[in-house]
Amino acid sequence: MAMKLELQVNGIWRSVAAEPGSMLLSVLRDQLDLTGTKYGCGEGQCGACTVLVDGQPVRSCITRAEAVAGKSVTTIEGLERDGRLHPLQEAFLGAGAMQCGYCTAGMIVEGVALLRSNSDPNETQIKQGLEGHICRCGTYPRIVAAVRMASLAMREARHD
Amino acid sequence: MIDRRQFFQALGGGLAIFIAREEAPAQQQALPQEIDAWLHIGKDGAITVSTGKVEMGQGARTELTQVVAEELRAPVASITMVMGDTDLTPFDGGTAGSQTTPRMVPQLRKAAATAREMLLDLAAEKWGVDRAALVVSGGKVADPKAGRSAGFGELAEGRKLLKIIDASVPLTPPEQWKVAGTPLAKVNARNIVTGRHRYPSDITRPGMLHGKVLRPAAFGALLVSLDASAAEAMEGVKVVRDGDFAAVAAPTPQAAERAVAALKAEWKTTPQPNRAELFDYLKKNMQGRANPNERGSVEKALAEADTRLRETYTVAYIAHAPLEPRAAVAEWNDGKLTVWTGTQRPFGVRNELMAAFSLPQDRVRVLMPDTGSGYGGKHMGDAAIEAARLARAAGKPVKVVWTRQEEFSWAYFRPAGVIEVASGVRKDGIITAWEFTNYNSGGAGLQIAYDIPNYRIAFQPARSPLRQGSYRALAATANHFARETHIDELAHAAGMDALEFRLKNTQDPRFRAVLEAAAARFGWGKTKPAPGHGFGIAAGWEKGGYVATCVEVAARPGANPKIERVVEAFECGAIINPDNLKNQIEGAILMGLGGALFEAIDFADGRILNARFSRYRVPRFSDVPPIETVMLDRKDLPSAGAGECPIVGIAPAIGNAIFAATGTRLRSLPLVLKGSA
Repeated sequence: MAMKLELQVNGIWRSVAAEPGSMLLSVLRDQLDLTGTKYGCGEGQCGACTVLVDGQPVRSCITRAEAVAGKSVTTIEGLERDGRLHPLQEAFLGAGAMQCGYCTAGMIVEGVALLRSNSDPNETQIKQGLEGHICRCGTYPRIVAAVRMASLAMREARHD
Repeated sequence: MIDRRQFFQALGGGLAIFIAREEAPAQQQALPQEIDAWLHIGKDGAITVSTGKVEMGQGARTELTQVVAEELRAPVASITMVMGDTDLTPFDGGTAGSQTTPRMVPQLRKAAATAREMLLDLAAEKWGVDRAALVVSGGKVADPKAGRSAGFGELAEGRKLLKIIDASVPLTPPEQWKVAGTPLAKVNARNIVTGRHRYPSDITRPGMLHGKVLRPAAFGALLVSLDASAAEAMEGVKVVRDGDFAAVAAPTPQAAERAVAALKAEWKTTPQPNRAELFDYLKKNMQGRANPNERGSVEKALAEADTRLRETYTVAYIAHAPLEPRAAVAEWNDGKLTVWTGTQRPFGVRNELMAAFSLPQDRVRVLMPDTGSGYGGKHMGDAAIEAARLARAAGKPVKVVWTRQEEFSWAYFRPAGVIEVASGVRKDGIITAWEFTNYNSGGAGLQIAYDIPNYRIAFQPARSPLRQGSYRALAATANHFARETHIDELAHAAGMDALEFRLKNTQDPRFRAVLEAAAARFGWGKTKPAPGHGFGIAAGWEKGGYVATCVEVAARPGANPKIERVVEAFECGAIINPDNLKNQIEGAILMGLGGALFEAIDFADGRILNARFSRYRVPRFSDVPPIETVMLDRKDLPSAGAGECPIVGIAPAIGNAIFAATGTRLRSLPLVLKGSA
């Protein structure tokens, strides 16, 4: 029944046995125990399950596992390098951009993709880029501030 | 209850301070029967604090750590809060009603201060000096004259000292706070941004199965027959049927979904009221009798008033929609049940499990890893019981995570309600009569903060068509909406400015202070709104806090109102963490904005019709207006909770601003202008 799939997760090739119809989210959480990526709605409406596939943000709760065979997946666990946080993770800490934190992983992963495509997004562009994400605790203003802070830090780092 | 020997055996000696619920003489060996919290200092200097309170995003873990660090003069990093574990933490009634701050904060301050005084005594004894010569700071006791110091761990080592908190221990006044009162970052934030924190739905156990419950065809439906043969034939699938409960456990979530879909069930449903008839239904289905709070004669005052108003307000059912849905992992070992679940009442869930499985208290343990929010919505143990039933039948641990549709359908809602208000005002703008009846939505926040000589205020329970329960600020959202909208209508009827009218009718200095602070920041009365714009104000008090909210909206018939600006002033006594407080205020405003403008549960025939985020709109980035918060720090007053009160002002302030912009008075939540989507 189950189908063998090879995919690269956070830089490491993994072989998984995905059941027909199973979504990338379930492969990550239930098979690879990468639980930083969250289930929030199952219909791609809340963004909690966002991961990068070949660098592009996707909703892993509605992305079939077989669709990512042979591809590279980055989850929240893959952003930290050698004990150093991604600048956006640092910015979320600096801005205190969370309450319960359940939406945080999806926000950060989407934000990382946003900053790759636009190194200096303004408030409107950040809001548009993250519109598909729900923070039920209402920390939206701080999340916008965190993306701005990271954008500045990353641009400054490039000039160093 | 464990005794002294067992306690120190588990924690390896040191100092322990217990907070007894009732003051009782401390015995040598026995611990007090009823403990609210305890604090322990080990030989490594590690400080462990145990409380039954839980963390769900509101910041309790950080705030409690701060006050302990403050009184103990210890580094924040040396303190670990053990929370919400029924085997490791003392009984707690639940994390609700904004009670953690007013109840647990003073107790932990006293516990930490008692520990500090004990450490001083130990050091004084060790060095043979007067304790007045010693200083406690940075997790050490120092003797500056002699140039020596000892860490807390060094002083605690080899001891087995136990003390009940000293109620008269000197506490650090808020004016002198160095750690409390500062914007300390969330203590476990790094684990959140790295995805390392394990929420209840992230817990796994060896050999764990995944459970799925067969949901009834409608609320209250009876399971007439069940053909489980196809599901039972599936590999590794266990089917459980118990009365109207039917569920499966399977090795993978996908297999569980296939198995539950293969169950052939026949349900008997009964006719149930639809949303369109809700408010009539509540009025026609009263339960019990209201017990009004009365003063003076409302009838006489109404008869004598220069202007009288009588209006009806309604509020819809709304959903908490915590982003982490209900989840539980249950495991049975030698007749003992252990459940990890997201709940605001771990001890309440333990009691539900004890009742469901006829178990004694010591055979059930409930653990609550910091959960993905609650807002009053995670009080019950439904998912815990479901997982435990399946785990018992399967003989393996089982995880149950509700889908979003289940969360929207089978949890419980903020109650809908009908509120009738009759009032009278004199020519000079003094309110003389106030009659206020809330049908169904609840009694919280009923009492007025205005000085009205004649009133009758009542909550009339009714039979609710939907399962309802607690919500952030409970019925205070509904009651403030009705009251503050009506006050605005009265001000208009009296021909007075909405702020001036409110100030004229209250002498409460804290209430006046937030009104004045919000108005000053907003520039109330200083500018006129642009064409098509309106200003609105609303205020209230709840759970020991005071709030005033000013809003500017752009509104016209046929379009959704746009919130241009929100200013909110809030006062909850001495502020323990201004950054967390600001976060709570902003969050409450934004959550309240959803209930004000678009959230409403739609239902018919015992089913929820909009049980998805694609059909139940919650506030998103594009809905966020510029928000300014004004936090009044009253260091002379005890700290009150802040998770709830800041939500009550936003809905009436928006409604009042829409009236100012359009001349249309909206008396129903959510506020929808005719012709808009």
